[in-house]
Amino acid sequence: MCGAPAQTPTLPAHVDITKETVIYGVVSKDDAPVPAAYVRLLDSSGEFTAEVVTSATGDYRFFARPGQWTLSVLHNSGSSRQAVQADAPGLVEVPIALS
Amino acid sequence: MSRSEALVTADWAEEHLNTPGVVLVEVDEDTSAYDGGHIAGAVKLDWKKDLQDSVIRDFVSKEKFEALLSSKGVSDGDTVVLYGGNNNWFAAYAYWYFKLYGHGDVKLLDGGRKKWELDGRELSKDEVSRPATNYKAKDQDTSIRAFRDEVIASIGNKNLLDIRSPDEFAGRLLAPAHLPQEQSQRAGHIPTAVNVPWSKTANEDGTFKTDEQIKALYDEAGLDWSKDTIAYCRIGERSSHSWFAIHELLGQSNIKNYDGSWTEYGSLVGVPIEKDV
Repeated sequence: MCGAPAQTPTLPAHVDITKETVIYGVVSKDDAPVPAAYVRLLDSSGEFTAEVVTSATGDYRFFARPGQWTLSVLHNSGSSRQAVQADAPGLVEVPIALS
Repeated sequence: MSRSEALVTADWAEEHLNTPGVVLVEVDEDTSAYDGGHIAGAVKLDWKKDLQDSVIRDFVSKEKFEALLSSKGVSDGDTVVLYGGNNNWFAAYAYWYFKLYGHGDVKLLDGGRKKWELDGRELSKDEVSRPATNYKAKDQDTSIRAFRDEVIASIGNKNLLDIRSPDEFAGRLLAPAHLPQEQSQRAGHIPTAVNVPWSKTANEDGTFKTDEQIKALYDEAGLDWSKDTIAYCRIGERSSHSWFAIHELLGQSNIKNYDGSWTEYGSLVGVPIEKDV
């Protein structure tokens, strides 16, 4: 949604996944996708790096770099916080269930 | 300027939805957010299509800004309440832009769309149309806008405030991580710049922290309040958010926003760059 490319698992044609570290996935609650959830990417010190809003299908996506990250999700139906380890450029899928 | 004049709460906005002379304006990078539901009665501005010249890299002229706001039904005497997605980045950018063109009464909705949605407040899909006006802007107030030559001359003299994320400041990322990282400019930051990410001034729901908390952040970073400050980011929108915190909330008038920001500076030939990687 705002400020981000469409949050679909399909990447734009120009994106080179041998160079980009793409952290992506679906936010869900009780197995149903959650649109309009706020997903934050925090760096290894806990500092904000980026934020996106999930799409109608609950998808989010970040272009990060190899390293340790945290995903923090807020929605009026729940929240979640999850650590992510990205070892090398490529696709890193992280499904997130709200509680 | 002070917090009570520049910032309004979601409750205040809800109470003033139908107040004559108060106009809500949603400003986004991607206006599909507005189209999918907006605060009732709010008009929309597209930060790129409406506020940027379509050929050269600059703002629209005063005459085009007047025509834009006239067509949106905004008067120069109206109280304009700005809000948007991305933690109000583009709304803060529009706030600074309205001030640049001399609009008298502008306010930012604390927390923007995010806080509004997290509160579960109502959004409307109804089309909004307001009768056209005859908006009159003023000449640009360049006391709040910095250009590249001033930025280069400020190295070692003024405060340079880089409000991007630590990874962008260090040169490990070239753009905020919701965007692909392949960019044409060089990575790093302007020498002598201090890094206070915009996000430190805000709570996770997008609302601003208290004035005391915000001032303490810049004190800790070593910002010398007796010197002039230039804030920058990648394209000037996140730095508008920090400009707002310092100029409007803390009432420090000696700060400019450098809208050329890293996409300009990191593409200049021969200028000094520092990086940590």
